Amino acid sequence: MIRIVRKEDMTGVRAALVRFASIVAALVVSMLIVWILGYDPLRTFGAILQGSFGSKFGILNTVVIAVPLLLAALAVSVAFSMKFWNIGAEGQIVMGAFGAAAVSMNLPVGTPPVVAILLSLLAGMVGGAVWALIPGLFRAYLGTNETLFTLMMNYIAIQWVVFLRNFLWKDPAAHGFPIIATIPANAFLPKVFGIHAGWILALALAAAAYFFLRSTKLGYEIRVVGESERTARYAGMDVRRVLVLGVLISGAAAGLAGAVQLTGVTHTLSESIGGGVGFTAIIIAWLSNLNAPAIVATSFLFAALKQGAMSMELLVGSPSSLSDVVMGLVLMAALASEFFLRYRLVREQGAKGRGPLAPPEAGTDRKEGS
Amino acid sequence: MDPTGFAMMIALFLASAIRISIPLLIGTLGETLTERSGHLNLGVEGMMLLGASTGFFVAVRTQNVLLAMLAAMGGAGAGALLYALMTVTFRANQVVTGLALTIFGAGVANTLGKSVTNQSTPRNIQDLFALQPLHPDLSGVQGIPVVGPVLQFIDTAFLQHNLYVYGALVGSALLAFYLYRTHSGLHLRAVGENPAAADASGIRVVAMRYGAIVGGGMLCGLAGLYMPLVHITTWVENITGGRGWIVVALVIFVRWDPLKAILGAFLFGALEIVGFRLQAIPALSGSIFFSQYVIDMYPYAMTILVLILANVRRKKGWQGPGALGVPYFREER
Repeated sequence: MIRIVRKEDMTGVRAALVRFASIVAALVVSMLIVWILGYDPLRTFGAILQGSFGSKFGILNTVVIAVPLLLAALAVSVAFSMKFWNIGAEGQIVMGAFGAAAVSMNLPVGTPPVVAILLSLLAGMVGGAVWALIPGLFRAYLGTNETLFTLMMNYIAIQWVVFLRNFLWKDPAAHGFPIIATIPANAFLPKVFGIHAGWILALALAAAAYFFLRSTKLGYEIRVVGESERTARYAGMDVRRVLVLGVLISGAAAGLAGAVQLTGVTHTLSESIGGGVGFTAIIIAWLSNLNAPAIVATSFLFAALKQGAMSMELLVGSPSSLSDVVMGLVLMAALASEFFLRYRLVREQGAKGRGPLAPPEAGTDRKEGS
Repeated sequence: MDPTGFAMMIALFLASAIRISIPLLIGTLGETLTERSGHLNLGVEGMMLLGASTGFFVAVRTQNVLLAMLAAMGGAGAGALLYALMTVTFRANQVVTGLALTIFGAGVANTLGKSVTNQSTPRNIQDLFALQPLHPDLSGVQGIPVVGPVLQFIDTAFLQHNLYVYGALVGSALLAFYLYRTHSGLHLRAVGENPAAADASGIRVVAMRYGAIVGGGMLCGLAGLYMPLVHITTWVENITGGRGWIVVALVIFVRWDPLKAILGAFLFGALEIVGFRLQAIPALSGSIFFSQYVIDMYPYAMTILVLILANVRRKKGWQGPGALGVPYFREER
């Protein structure tokens, strides 16, 4: 009989080693799967590295992919810190892009770029915040399950933009093609060192998130609510207020990701502007333990994998969907490694009867999940 | 339009809605089984894609429908097993693991699918899943007023389907029977409601959860297989087109009940196609609320409504399994 026993949290070098070993294991398994699917694993992985880090172009593209991931993962981490399972970042990104598009396309001609950009980004934050606020209010005041509510909101946002693209905002200049017109050029994000300025915003937001959760009153309250709503209430905190404010911040950051993507990369609104970033961001935030510096690093690595896979498809001809296989497995391995960091397996001698004879622990009748 | 022609149009619409609802229904059965054990597996889309790709791959290679279905169940079941290993044994977060499974499943499916992109469903399997009318010959009653047309209507709408449709309906009944009329089903519901109590009464919680998750995954695989094998009859990238997420919504909408799932899936299936039909009616074409693009939002909006109603009504059965999404570890009670 094998029993699972909680152990002291592992720290430092040993924890890093376990994590590293799990990633290596995942890579080995991915190579195996790549091989089973009929592709040369070494060439495939070589091409991924080559594509992401092998050239200036690759590195620049990696950063472009990393920016929305980083912004959205930071957004998610704020909500997750108070155990508000916001899996609606995808929809908040789309609504953020919608807000930015709505404002930038309706500004008077000749608006100075600084004003146009700032207003568009602000509108994006409002769009994302409103989209997060709806499930947030229902959770705070009715206790509605936010995991499923935010998940549903994603698809309403996506369908909303599909509707705009085919109906209300269909570009008459596109000869019947259902696309939305490009936003005016004065709302384009300028480039800094060859990459749109979104990367500066993303890094600044990472620093702000780190500071916010650690050293501000609201950040502290958010973390207490995450530990236990009951404790927060006994300590005299207004849990509803904390939840609503936290959700607003989370949604606004996700909306900013959408606005940056619109003004910096696509310049036109479509339902695929999120492109799954909102979901990947959840995994990034979780694997990084909701820690902002770790989120920066993880976002960059995920982006490198995506970028590498795209150029791999061009170079070697292996489909870029292989990167999803690798990513999925790395995620699973990283999740599993958390288990080995927290628990150890104990073989019990004379297992028979040990359980019932063991002295009862105090408080075993505590309601689970509380 | 004459009334008979209009009735036939409705009947044909109902028949199409039933056909398109089948992957939703089978997926909903699978996810219901999983969630009844207390685990929220958001990887439905990934498992459907896994099942669709492995099943279709084997169908093209072997022309054998049984092997194809086994492969679909095996592929999706393997994904579900990975999820079960992560969440039940390794205690990983259910939401995050489910999302990871979706990414992984889509990756494997789209890579595997590349090798069968230009293939279509083998002739013999297409024939097998062609319409299999259940009715006796109706030509004798056609002339009788009222009765004739009514029988004709029922026949066209409900009795002219393929084996997958009949199988899914039988599957719903079987799952309902299992959940509500067998000991094992009772134990499974107990595990999903209150695992600590179930554990204390001697039910093997871990084994039940593994079984429900893997079994649910296999059903999701069969749901996915319907898309390339029967519906589209070839492979396209991301062939399930987000239906896995509609399934997650549908399970809530039908409140974890396999029999209500039949009606719910039919409703969502009808919504998937009704807009395009309505646009053909001159009075409605151009009206925003009957545009398919707007109607596509309704399933999600209705599901949110059910979520909110569940909070307002606080009635048994509306909330879902008591321990849904809540991890249970015996040692940490």
